[in-house]
Parts: sequence; C-alpha cells; structure tokens
Amino acid sequence: MAISRRVVLHFPPRLVDQPIIYQLVKEHNLVLNILKASVTPNEEGLLILELSGAQKDYDQGIRYLQEVGVRIQSLGQNIVRNETRCTHCGACIAICPTGALALDPKTRLVNFLEDRCTACEICVLACPPRAMEVHF
Amino acid sequence: MTRTIAEINEKIRKGQAVVVTAEEVIDLVEKEGVEKAAQRVDVVTTGTFGPMCSSGAYFNLGHSKPRIKIGGGRAYLNDVPAYTGIAAVDIFLGATALPDDDPRNRIHPGAFNYGGGHVIEELVAGKDVRLAVSAYGTDCYPRKRMETWTNIKDMNEAVLFNIRNAYQNYNVAVNLSDKTLYTYMGVLKPNLGSANYSSAGQLSPLLNDPYYRTIGIGTRIFLGGGIGYVAWHGTQHNPNVPRSDKGVPTRGAGTLTVIGDLKQMKPQWLVGASMVGYGCTLTVGIGIPIPILSEEILRYTAVRDEEIFAPIVDYAEAYPQRSPEILGEASYGELKSGRIIVQEKEVLTASLSSYPKAVEIANTLKEWIVRGDFLLTEPVASLPGVEAGITFKPLKERPIEE
Ligand code: SF4
Ligand code: SF4
Repeated sequence: MAISRRVVLHFPPRLVDQPIIYQLVKEHNLVLNILKASVTPNEEGLLILELSGAQKDYDQGIRYLQEVGVRIQSLGQNIVRNETRCTHCGACIAICPTGALALDPKTRLVNFLEDRCTACEICVLACPPRAMEVHF
Repeated sequence: MTRTIAEINEKIRKGQAVVVTAEEVIDLVEKEGVEKAAQRVDVVTTGTFGPMCSSGAYFNLGHSKPRIKIGGGRAYLNDVPAYTGIAAVDIFLGATALPDDDPRNRIHPGAFNYGGGHVIEELVAGKDVRLAVSAYGTDCYPRKRMETWTNIKDMNEAVLFNIRNAYQNYNVAVNLSDKTLYTYMGVLKPNLGSANYSSAGQLSPLLNDPYYRTIGIGTRIFLGGGIGYVAWHGTQHNPNVPRSDKGVPTRGAGTLTVIGDLKQMKPQWLVGASMVGYGCTLTVGIGIPIPILSEEILRYTAVRDEEIFAPIVDYAEAYPQRSPEILGEASYGELKSGRIIVQEKEVLTASLSSYPKAVEIANTLKEWIVRGDFLLTEPVASLPGVEAGITFKPLKERPIEE
C-alpha cells in the first residue's frame, strides 16, 4: 500500500554533512518532497519532508533514520483553514515560515497552499479571527 | 459642474444614479479625465474592514419579574463583563472586554480567545447568550441575582455604537528589537522581520474625503452589513497632521463615531478577533457613500494607493515610549506589493485590514444605491476640519499629593 506522510527531521550537528537523504531515497525507494530545509553550522539541521512510497519502504526508511540518530517528529495533525472565518486580511502572510499563506497579487485574496504547510502552527494564534484550525 | 444630494437622491429613486466604487473611479478618471467623470458619476462608494477596538454595543435587556436593578451592579454576557453604570436594564458591552478569569498574559503571549467582540458577533448571528447579573436589591428592584439565556431578538434595543472607527490612515508597525512582539498591530517578527499595516488605502472612507467635505454628522452608511449613521467625529479625531499636496493625511488623522441598529447587521461584517498577546477586538465593516457634488470632490475620490503614505513606526521602542520618531514612510502601493524597504532592509508586509472585504463592502453599498434601497443623507453638521485647530493631547501626569 502506497502512503504519503509529512515528517520533521532534526539532524544533530554531527550528521549535518552526511548523505543521509541520499541513502533514504536510494536504499528505501522513497519519493521525497522537501517542504523546508534549514541547516546552520554548529546548529541542528531541520528538514521537513513529504515522504511517499510503499508502507514497508516507509517503515524501513524511518527505522534507518532513527538508527543513524535523526530525531523524527511526525506531522500527524493537519492545519485546516476555516474558509467562512477567513477574512483574507493577510495578517498571517509575513509570519508563515514556508510561504503556505500567500497573497494573490491580482485578487488580493490570501491563498492557503496546503502542500507547503508544515503544520508549525505559528499562524493559529496569529490569525485574528482564528480561521486556522488544528485538526487531528 | 455642481450637483446636490437632493438631485442625486432623485436619480437613485428613478434607478438612474451612476455609482462606482473608489477603486473603479481611479480607472475612470484615468480614462475620461476629472471633468467628464464628474459629469457622469453621482456617487463613489468606499469600504473598510479592519479590527476597530473602540467598538461596542448597548442593550436594553427588558425587565424581569420581579425586577432587578442591573444598573450599578454586575452583568456578564457569556462571562464577559458589560458596563452597568447606567439605568436599570441598560448595559454597554465593549469589544475589548475580557472574562474575569481569562488568563490574559499570565503565560505570555496570552491567546485572548474570547471577549466582547466575540459576544457581539454571536448576538448578531442570532445565538443565545448567557446573561448573569448580580445586584444589590432595592425596594422597587428587589431581585439580587439572575441567570438566564437571552437573545438579540428578545431585547428591546441592541445598538452598535463605536466611538472611534474608520481611522483616516494609520501606522505601519515594525519591530527593531530582537524578540517577537505581540501587539494590537499583530505579531511583529524581530529585526524588521515584518511590517504590519491596517488601512484599505484607496478604498478607505476618510482617505477619499480627506477634508470631510461630504462625510458629516448624520451621514447614512453601511455598518456591519446593515445601515448605520455617522454620529459624531470619533475620539482622537485630529485633522491637523502633515498632508500630501493632494490633501491626503500622511499620519493617523480623522476618525468617526458610528451608530446603528445591531439587529439588522450581519455576523459576516462584525467578526470577533483575537490579537495574540494583546487582547480581543471586533473587526468592523464600514462603507460610506461619497456624493459627487463637484469636480473637486471627485478628484479626491480618485486617490490611489501610490499617493497615500503611512508612517513606519517601531513598536519595540518608539510606540510604547511615545517617541514621535518614525523610520520613514511607505505608500499603500508599496505596502500592498508585499515588501517595503526599511533601513535599507527588505521587509515583508502584512495587512490587518482586509482589502478584498473592503471591495465587497464598496460593491454591496453600490448595489444598494443602484437598486434604490439606499438614499444619501445631507449631513446635519460637519466634522471638525483643519480649521478647528484641534490638538491631539497626550496625558500629562500630575502627582497626587496626599
Ligand atoms: S490571518 Fe487569518 S483571516 Fe487573515 S488571511 Fe490569514 S488565515 Fe485569513
Ligand atoms: S501552520 Fe500556518 S504558519 Fe505554519 S506552515 Fe502551515 S500555514 Fe504556515
């Protein structure tokens, strides 16, 4: 069975320069979509991925990551925009770290690009009418 | 070219009035010139939809049996305290009121999930609201306690009464410090990480009538999805600010006090809002028609975002310490492009006021007028203008000696 999951990977400094993602793709047959990546020297690396593939490959890939020492956080929850509450003000645009909330310059409406959302939840309290909801 | 409000109303009644929004008029003037456009257009409609804290509503709850004197006692609507220092069953609920047990900023930043603005939204939506009252009891009002459901339709009056709305221009808020700020202008990212503004710009009512030539006391308006009126100038009304060549204020300037029957308003246009770390408020929809009485008035309505400038203010230091210092100015054209330059840095912008909703309000008001459902009013008195010489006073503290 094919699945698709979003995960947050925390890389300790010693792993930042290792070809871990390369291995993940090559050895475990997973397709990945990078939603966010930030690596700063001497600091932890952060990678938010959407991993798709067979359940068996996914489980093995996750096990591999755990074994090499990557801390994994799964994005089990989903951020959903309550379309009747959203006023399209734009208060969320500058604070969303991934650009998932973006202004359409033509219509001036605020688009919610779910596939870019990493469920960081920063927008949830920052949205004045509380249109961004966490669903489990 | 001159026209009177009576003439415009005659055309509205006959279904012949030409109405355009403050956005549409820009292109029209560009194409046809002021003279021709002024001949054709009778009314320009404006709109704004943003958080406006000095909003609230008063209610007459009706008399219980036996009677209770809420006046001078305590009253809560869905646990949010209302002001009771008026007659027996009249109360006033402010948009920023918070339940007594709200954690506020005990754990910073507080969420401020529910307050007066949210109660107003729920009442307008027709939802039942819990009314809890405690009173001291008198011979004529013996009861001391009451808890009951109430509903807007069971009240004698429910009136939206906002003492400062529709600010004519406003600050752009930035943050020069290295920590996130939670303000009434929204979340401000550190080190100039974001610039938040709050005005509909070229669609905003008072920016289209910068010298208050047509908007005055008694002007009929779109308020919260229903009909309201300008009751007075708003608090902090301050026409004496720097203005552009075209007369457009480049600082917060005029304001309006507005009033209207809450019972005919719509929850879609009165939305309870939570400003994380700051408090609760109400997002209010206002639309004001501008009668084109002369070419000059039309020229004012043709103002565009690129010609309206707002001051950029640091909310880490300058704003809280009331320092007059600004970091420059940005036009709404620049602000709406998504980025402005502050101190040589490119800063992402975010708006608190919804432009698409402002457009919807201006279009709704236009439809009402075109359909003949909304006639214009002659103001009964003007708002104080530049000549009134108003100065905006700070609070001067004087020590109280024992
Ligand atoms: S802050 Fe909330 S209401 Fe405003 S555009 Fe974003 S999601 Fe919509
Ligand atoms: S949770 Fe909100 S702020 Fe975070 S990525 Fe998704 S949309 Fe952006």
